[in-house]
Amino acid sequence: MQTQRANSKKDLNKILSMSEKTAQELMSEAKEIFAKILPRASSLTPKERIAIPAQEMPSQDPHERRKNMSEVAIGYSPEQVRLEAMRCLQCKNAPCIKGCPVAINIPGFIQAAAEGDFQKSINIIKQNNVLPAICGRVCPQEEQCQTNCTVGKALKNKNLSVSIGRIERFVADWERENGKSESPEVLPETGKKVAIIGGGPAGITVAADVRRQGHAVTMLEAFHKPGGVMVYGIPEFRLPKKIVEQEINTLKNMGVNVETNFVVGRTRTLNDLLGKDGFDAIFIGTGAGLPKFMNIEGENLVGVFSANEYLTRSNLMRAFDPQAHTPIYPSQKVAVLGGGNVAMDAARTAVRLGAKEVHLIYRRTEVEMPARIEEVAHAKEEGIIFHLLTNVKRVLGNNDGRVQAVECLKYELGEPDASGRRRPVEIKGSEFMMDLDTVIVAIGNECNPLIKQTTPELSVNKWGNIIADDNGLTSMKKVYAGGDIVLGAATVILAMGQGRKAAESINAELKRNSSNDSQKQAS
Amino acid sequence: MSNQILQKKQLSDDVFQMRLSAPLIASERQPGQFIMLQVDALGERIPLTIADADEKQGTIDIIYQVVGKTTSLLSRLNVGDAILNLVGPLGKPTHIEQLGTVVCVGGGIGVAPMHPIAKAMKQKGNHVIIIVGARNEKLLILQDEMRAIADELIVCTDDGSAGRKGLVTQPLKEICERTPKPNLVLAIGPPIMMKFCAETTRPFQVPTVVSLNTIMVDGTGMCGGCRVSVGKEIKFVCVDGPEFDGHLVDFDNMMNRLKTYIPHERGAHDQCKLNAQIQKKI
Ligand SMILES: Cc1cc2nc3c(=O)[nH]c(=O)nc-3n(C[C@H](O)[C@H](O)[C@H](O)COP(=O)(O)OP(=O)(O)OC[C@H]3O[C@@H](n4cnc5c(N)ncnc54)[C@H](O)[C@@H]3O)c2cc1C
Ligand code: SF4
Ligand code: FES
Repeated sequence: MQTQRANSKKDLNKILSMSEKTAQELMSEAKEIFAKILPRASSLTPKERIAIPAQEMPSQDPHERRKNMSEVAIGYSPEQVRLEAMRCLQCKNAPCIKGCPVAINIPGFIQAAAEGDFQKSINIIKQNNVLPAICGRVCPQEEQCQTNCTVGKALKNKNLSVSIGRIERFVADWERENGKSESPEVLPETGKKVAIIGGGPAGITVAADVRRQGHAVTMLEAFHKPGGVMVYGIPEFRLPKKIVEQEINTLKNMGVNVETNFVVGRTRTLNDLLGKDGFDAIFIGTGAGLPKFMNIEGENLVGVFSANEYLTRSNLMRAFDPQAHTPIYPSQKVAVLGGGNVAMDAARTAVRLGAKEVHLIYRRTEVEMPARIEEVAHAKEEGIIFHLLTNVKRVLGNNDGRVQAVECLKYELGEPDASGRRRPVEIKGSEFMMDLDTVIVAIGNECNPLIKQTTPELSVNKWGNIIADDNGLTSMKKVYAGGDIVLGAATVILAMGQGRKAAESINAELKRNSSNDSQKQAS
Repeated sequence: MSNQILQKKQLSDDVFQMRLSAPLIASERQPGQFIMLQVDALGERIPLTIADADEKQGTIDIIYQVVGKTTSLLSRLNVGDAILNLVGPLGKPTHIEQLGTVVCVGGGIGVAPMHPIAKAMKQKGNHVIIIVGARNEKLLILQDEMRAIADELIVCTDDGSAGRKGLVTQPLKEICERTPKPNLVLAIGPPIMMKFCAETTRPFQVPTVVSLNTIMVDGTGMCGGCRVSVGKEIKFVCVDGPEFDGHLVDFDNMMNRLKTYIPHERGAHDQCKLNAQIQKKI
């Protein structure tokens, strides 16, 4: 059997510029360096700044964390965050901002953090980003702001760029943990009503921005908890649920009415919300929650799950907790199919739920993996076995219809395809078997058709994504959409960015309407 | 108060009927649809068919058999208690139209979801033949309600304690042999019963619709846990169903999938019973 074992620990650390230091060692090292640098902090030359060692993220020991659900990354110490912030060169052209989907004033917040003014720092971030504690944790920074960073370029390694996301996370956590978070101010009631469908990052953003203008906002969420993928998909060890909960509480404190157990398209149709219920505007942020399967033999056997199901059982339904009633499959040997964040989350959850062996099977190579680089590294550290350029051909079952093995096929890289990536082509006769009891499919999500089915006049493209213009307006009057339902499975920050745009248009439309209303009354 | 239990009736040994306050669901639901509920914060989300609803009163009725942990917990709630989470109506409604003769086969607890469908079929002007089956007389439910709707009612029990002795497939076959053949057969009950109903009608080419009750998590199409093979395609019962062409459903696979968590579930149920016994002793 051709198995590509995880890179040796040394290779991995080289890639990520990680040492094997414990959290304690990293923090006390930073303390020493910080004490030396502090007196000259304001007069450091660019050369000196670049020479400051890049601060590593203190993390739970891999052997320990395999057995618990607690967050893997512990977070910087105050000295670490200031040192990391001092590495920033305050570039005039700020290439980092160009990489940020919501154009945060990155050098601005970093400078404040370097000076130790964490309040100022978080305030700067919040002008553009309403969910910094979340984005600091889950954004693919290495492909966004950090990819362009001058420091990374100077050191010829983008993993040595200023760790913008970690600084963002620190100041957001600092604010929350010190009880400094305040609910944004809400303008006097306007009498206008807006419905937000879906409680994911897109919906949360629109709810906050629209409520701030004094409009009455009702959030309608299908599940019994709002938060979207951030509560049912992304695991606790990567994004603690209390952080998402706090964002929801902020909305409630602002006066947003959160209605759970409400499925638009079933409990009420979109048209009834506009007609019967009299909403003045609607935002659809229902995400891309329809798991894709591979359409291969054996895919319906007992022991084959979508990553959505597996993760929802573990996260939202808390199946990892022996007290909870929702069962989860007792796996020993697991194969996870896919190479994105979803695949990493599923594989790492399986490890924590007690699987002895977890194999990750991906058709392309590590370079093409869409997962965050840090998640790939953490997965390897936790012992997940990577099989690259490999795909599953069929799933085989035993007499009870339960998974027993998968048949795989090896691939090699061929000519570049339309996306510019070299296309994997199968190697004839390279089939091999792997004995397993569980297969988790994480090859992507499509759009949930519930609202479309019950609202034929809503235009969607051939993949089922709702079509919205630059302002988030759909083919229907008063109806806006954003996030994964428009973009296809994307990211938290893009969902948030689209939410901001849509909220702006909704606020503008409602303002226009109310001035029309008052003109009518006057005449 | 929403989700409150307004009435509770024990229909047989382990079958209960509850009337819940759920105005939104009551006003939107149509025959064939279901709800999902979670009894408490640690609970599982399970699907249950809506047996009846009263839009004016804002209530829905559910009928369930105690088979696992959640239904057992539910059966221990009383009038005045509220169910933590209740969502619906889910699934596609039954296609109700005037066809001619419609045979409704309800087995065991499946009689409950059949009731509103049979009623609607009758109201549309169909000749409605109802076949109900149960293991024995004590397990027969909704007899009077079904008699009130049916143009013809046939009762079968495994042990002959009521009606004909034997399986529902026998009278079903006899009806298919009549001329003219029935226009539609609807079957709701244990998977094995639905499978054999479909096998019975297949040679007669009588269209046969079955309503599937698979394992579900969200009930909105997000997880795929409810999927079944229909023809060559994968279908999600919660959004594409719950009703499908019985001649195309892969029942054997579905029955295996229903057993996914059996060792776990049985353990949880036993533990629950144990706790109940301990509670009684104290
Ligand atoms: C396991 C996993 C890991 C991920 N990791 C990352 C990561 O590390 N970084 C990153 O940036 N992105 C990540 N993503 C992607 C990211 O989570 C999504 O892009 C983002 O959540 C999309 O936000 P949204 O608001 O559009 O939708 P969602 O977060 O999907 O929220 C949609 C909400 O709408 C509700 N809903 C759906 N239909 C209805 C209806 N008919 N009526 C009422 N409510 C409805 C849903 O229940 C849900 O709560 C991950 C995704 C998954 C699944
Ligand atoms: S590109 Fe890097 S060094 Fe330059 S301002 Fe942005 S974070 Fe600082
Ligand atoms: S129950 Fe999750 S998709 Fe049907």
